[in-house]
Amino acid sequence: MINLNLKKTLGSAGGKMDLDLQLIVEKGQFVTLFGESGAGKTSTLRMLSGLLKPDSGTIEVGGTTWFDSCKNIDLKPQQRKVGYVFQDYALFPNMNVRQNLEYALRKGQDKTIIGELLQFAELGPLEQRKPETLSGGQKQRVALARALVQRPEILILDEPLSALDLKMRIKLQEYLLQVHKKFKLTTILVSHDIGEIVKLSDKVFELQNGRVIKKGAAADFFGLNKTSAKFRFSGEILKIHREDVLYVISVLIGNDIIKVVADRTEADEFKIGDQVLVASKAFNPIIQKI
Amino acid sequence: MDWQPLMLTFKLAVVTTVILFVISIPIASWLSSTKSKIRPVLETLVSMPLVLPPTVLGFYMLLAFSPENTFGSWLDEWLGIRLIFSFGGLVVASVIYSLPFMVQPIQAGLSSLPSTLKEASFTMGKSYTTTLLKILLPNIKPSLLTGIVLSFAHTVGEFGVVLMIGGNMPGKTKVASIAIYDEVEALNYAAANSYSLILFSVTFIILLLVYLTNGGFFKRYGQ
Repeated sequence: MINLNLKKTLGSAGGKMDLDLQLIVEKGQFVTLFGESGAGKTSTLRMLSGLLKPDSGTIEVGGTTWFDSCKNIDLKPQQRKVGYVFQDYALFPNMNVRQNLEYALRKGQDKTIIGELLQFAELGPLEQRKPETLSGGQKQRVALARALVQRPEILILDEPLSALDLKMRIKLQEYLLQVHKKFKLTTILVSHDIGEIVKLSDKVFELQNGRVIKKGAAADFFGLNKTSAKFRFSGEILKIHREDVLYVISVLIGNDIIKVVADRTEADEFKIGDQVLVASKAFNPIIQKI
Repeated sequence: MDWQPLMLTFKLAVVTTVILFVISIPIASWLSSTKSKIRPVLETLVSMPLVLPPTVLGFYMLLAFSPENTFGSWLDEWLGIRLIFSFGGLVVASVIYSLPFMVQPIQAGLSSLPSTLKEASFTMGKSYTTTLLKILLPNIKPSLLTGIVLSFAHTVGEFGVVLMIGGNMPGKTKVASIAIYDEVEALNYAAANSYSLILFSVTFIILLLVYLTNGGFFKRYGQ
C-alpha cells in the first residue's frame, strides 16, 4: 500500500500553488492521476520517486517510510524501488537498446531478465539499435522495459502514450495492462485520455490546483455506469452547428467524427472542447467487417 | 632555429589541458546542477580571465607566489615549491588563465542535456558519479572536445601571464610566444617568423579539426 501525505509550494505558470494532497493506493492497483496541466500530477510522481522533495508530509510504501519531514527521513531516489517511465522516455542516446536495459541492472543482478524483457517487449530485432533510430512506439517500449529491469514494485508512468498516434496508443495500452498483471505491479499513471483511463485503471484521482477534488472507480468516475446503454463512446465536441430548429453536434471519437442531433436546451449545455459520452440504446447497431 | 621554446610551449599546453580537464568536470557539473546562491559568484570568478588583462592576473600571482610573501614563503618552506620563474608556476598560472575555456563548454553541454536522463539514472539506483561518467559525459563529447582544444590553443597563445610570472628563462619558462617577442626585440625577424608561422599553422589545424569533427564532417565522409 502506498500512503502519500504531501505538502509543497510549487512555482507554476500561473503563480505559486500550494499542493496539499492525501492519496492511498492499494497494492496491485492501477491508478490514474487525472486533471489539467499544472494541477500537480507530475510533481506528485516526482515526490513519490524522490526526485522532488516535499516541504512537509509523509510517504509510506508497504509499511516502510520513504519520507517523513518530522523524523527527518528522506530516502534518495536510488533507494526507492520505483520504475519511472518519463514523458520524453529519457533513453540514453549513447547506448543501444540492450545497453540501455543492461545499465539499469542492479549490482550482481542476474542478466537473464534482459533477454526476457527484450523478448516480451518484442525488441529482440532492435537490440543493437540506438534510440535515435527508433520510432515513438519503439522508444516507449524500450523505456518501459528498462523501468522493469530492477523488478520494481511500483511503476510510474508520466503521460507515457501522449506523443503517439491512436493506433500505437491502443496497442501499447494493451501492452501496459499485460505488464501490470504479469509483473504484479502497483501502477500509477498520469493521463488526459478518458478512453485510456477507463480502459486501464481501477481507480482515478482528479487533481486540481494541487488538491484531490474527486476520486472513484474509473467507470463510475466518468459517469459511464449511469447509462445502461447498448454501446457507448467517449469523445470531444468539435463543433456545435445550428440547422433550422435543431442543433448538430460534431463529436470526435477516436479518429472518427460523429454527428449527433440535439435540441436547443441540450445544445446550450455543451461547449466546444467538452468531453462527452455518446451512447445509444434504442437501436441495435449494425456491425460490419472493414 | 632553437626548437626549445616550441617544445616548452606544447609541453605546457598538454600539462595544463590535462589538469584542466580533470578539475573542470566537477566544477562544471556542480555549476550546471546547483541552485546555490554562491553559484553566480563562482561563475564570475571562473569567467574573470576572459576579460581581465593577463598582466593583472600575472601581477597578483607574482605577488602571491613570491617567497617574500606569506603564501609564497609557506609553499617554499613547507612544500619546497617555488612558483615564480619556474615551469610549475607557469602551469598553475595557465590553469587559472584557461579555466573558462574548459569549464564553460562542459557546463553548457551538461546544461543542454534533458534533466530526465540524470533522473532516470537515479531511479535505477545509480550514484551521481556513475551517472556522470556513464551517461552525462559520453553524451556531451563535442563539448568535451571543444573544451580540450580551446584550452590547449589558448595556453599555446598566452603571453602576458607567462611574461609576468615566468620571465624569459631559456628551457624553463621561455615559451614560443615569448621567444617571438625576444627575436623581434633583437631585430631577428627570420627567427620570429619561423616561430610565428609554426604557431599559426598548428593552431589553425587544431581548430579546423574541431570544427570538422563537431560539424559531423568525419562521420559523413569518414567511411
